[in-house]
Amino acid sequence: MSTKCNAILSPLLAFGARPFKGLDIAIFSQPIVLGWPLSAGVRTLATEKTLPFNKPCKLFRLEEGPPEEGTLTHDDALSLYKSMNYIRRIETASGNLYKEKVIRGFCHLYSGQEAVAVGMRAALRPQDTVITAYRDHGWVYMMGVSPLGILAELTGRQSGCARGKGGSMHMYTHNFFGGNGIVGAQAPLGAGVAFAHKYKGNGGVSLTLYGDGAANQGQLFEAMNIAKLWDLPCIFICENNGYGMGTSAERASANTAYYTRGDYVPGIWTVTDYNLAGQVDGMDVVAVREATAWALEYCRSGKGPLVMEAATYRYSGHSMSDPGTSYRTREEIQEVRQTRDPITSFKERILSHELVELDELKAIEQEVRKVVDEAVKQAKGDKEISLEELYADVYSHPVEQEIRGTTAFRRHRHSRIGPAVNQ
Amino acid sequence: MGVEFDHVKVNVPVVFRGPNGAAAGVAAQHSQCFGAWYSHCPGLKVISPYSSEDAKGLLKAAIRDPDPVICLENEILYGVAFEMSSEAQSKEFLIPLGKAKVEREGSHVTLVAHSKAVQTCLDAAEELSKSHIDCEVINLRSLRPLDFSTIATSVKKTHNLVTVEQGWPQCGIGAEIAARAHEDECFYHLDHPVVRVTGADVPMPYTKTLELNAIPQAADVIECVRQILNR
Repeated sequence: MSTKCNAILSPLLAFGARPFKGLDIAIFSQPIVLGWPLSAGVRTLATEKTLPFNKPCKLFRLEEGPPEEGTLTHDDALSLYKSMNYIRRIETASGNLYKEKVIRGFCHLYSGQEAVAVGMRAALRPQDTVITAYRDHGWVYMMGVSPLGILAELTGRQSGCARGKGGSMHMYTHNFFGGNGIVGAQAPLGAGVAFAHKYKGNGGVSLTLYGDGAANQGQLFEAMNIAKLWDLPCIFICENNGYGMGTSAERASANTAYYTRGDYVPGIWTVTDYNLAGQVDGMDVVAVREATAWALEYCRSGKGPLVMEAATYRYSGHSMSDPGTSYRTREEIQEVRQTRDPITSFKERILSHELVELDELKAIEQEVRKVVDEAVKQAKGDKEISLEELYADVYSHPVEQEIRGTTAFRRHRHSRIGPAVNQ
Repeated sequence: MGVEFDHVKVNVPVVFRGPNGAAAGVAAQHSQCFGAWYSHCPGLKVISPYSSEDAKGLLKAAIRDPDPVICLENEILYGVAFEMSSEAQSKEFLIPLGKAKVEREGSHVTLVAHSKAVQTCLDAAEELSKSHIDCEVINLRSLRPLDFSTIATSVKKTHNLVTVEQGWPQCGIGAEIAARAHEDECFYHLDHPVVRVTGADVPMPYTKTLELNAIPQAADVIECVRQILNR
């Protein structure tokens, strides 16, 4: 076949013979014969866009950093939009279930921070792992647990990802190490997982997330020290939502530039949903993705750990016990919701760049609503595990077969529900 | 111009206070009772208030104490109101560290507990009294020093001892009390070996029904008392 034919056929094969419009240059190395109206009358959409980010990454102890632009395909856009919507709807449902007292204990919502989990997950490869604290529902979803698995875990029923025994703060899945209730305790664990990646030589990187409150924990600095000493493939990510429970970052930290707190560990600061000079930039979920992809490559190549600060915001209080308005104004929350919401601003952006159609987005919103509402119903109606399971899974390999109950007169058989993901 | 010191001794007059043990629905990483862990350490004093007057008197005494004191408070009890005598409401009300209180007098069995478990014992005692079983309920108030002499005096009267705690059984407060009962003369007054009622020996689950069964309830105490009294 002639080279001219190839030049026509390969892009067509790549994009399934859709007509092109607005495609930026330099995507293909070969010149393209343009503009055939291959299917007359079909609405022309961009299939791909490369755009610069509104606010570049800030760098600390780095000569160069992540790219200042990212490419978003039509399918990417829909996928990111869908994920963020799922998280938002799951969190809203969780809040309502908590108010109905169907969810008990602690419940920390991720609403407003979706761009972080979604953007980062988009850059992860199969060998990478994630560990975070208690604001984990969004991450649990991104790491592969279904809405039912999450909601039923929150309601304490058997379809939950931990059979209902764990609750909000104790959710785990493949390559996801929780779900940790104690502030900052996940930092040394994350460094340990990074050590495991290095030891096993699997090229994996450990994403270790913490908040602006946990950023002052001593154990984080211990973890950073060993990670730097041993060149561990660990990205320490501070999800800075401005408040550690009810204490603002300014009142808690002597240095609020969290991406510099690693001292000898290089750092990058990336914006997830900030409004810059009146412009809304919903591509920032892509900025997070690009920054994370760059960071993953940096760590994977053996250059050691990185600190990454993602500037974000949470709409709810620290947890459902906190109204979230005694230490910040309702106006502030409203302003973020109206001008910097990661979902609505992303929606406006991808529509204005004609990457997607409004109908496609509406279809996604409907699907999300339907799936999550159904999951809520199931999570409420599902059964609890039986009482015998109180004495199950205490050990993977129990030496003694019996477990003592509340009195010496009652002994119970240990059982294994298993198998474990790392059996 | 310097000052010379010989044989400088330094006190450590610090109080650490905070929530301890199970709340409601906070599961494995947020429910552990550290009573046994802290009371294990020489050099520390450990208090565990039950009622409002305990909380006030013990904490006030702890602050004035020149030694380090750990004050373990129960989250569920934060929301419970207690009557306070006018003496307890007075400005200088202090409760001595290392001294237990007999919350309810009885002659058939001694129930010993600290913090929330005191309520469990009182509830059980109330129920058992309907069957004419009179329980003496002792509120330890302090875990270290542990006031065993109050327990020994009671055992010499009742001849039966049941310890109740929300913490886990192995190396727990009940285990310590049972060991001391063996080492003390009151052992010869016991009609039945010491029985411990504790949290189930499992990490705290989130599932509601399982959580209820992981912590001793009044029914567990009642069952044990009936078993050892054989009625």
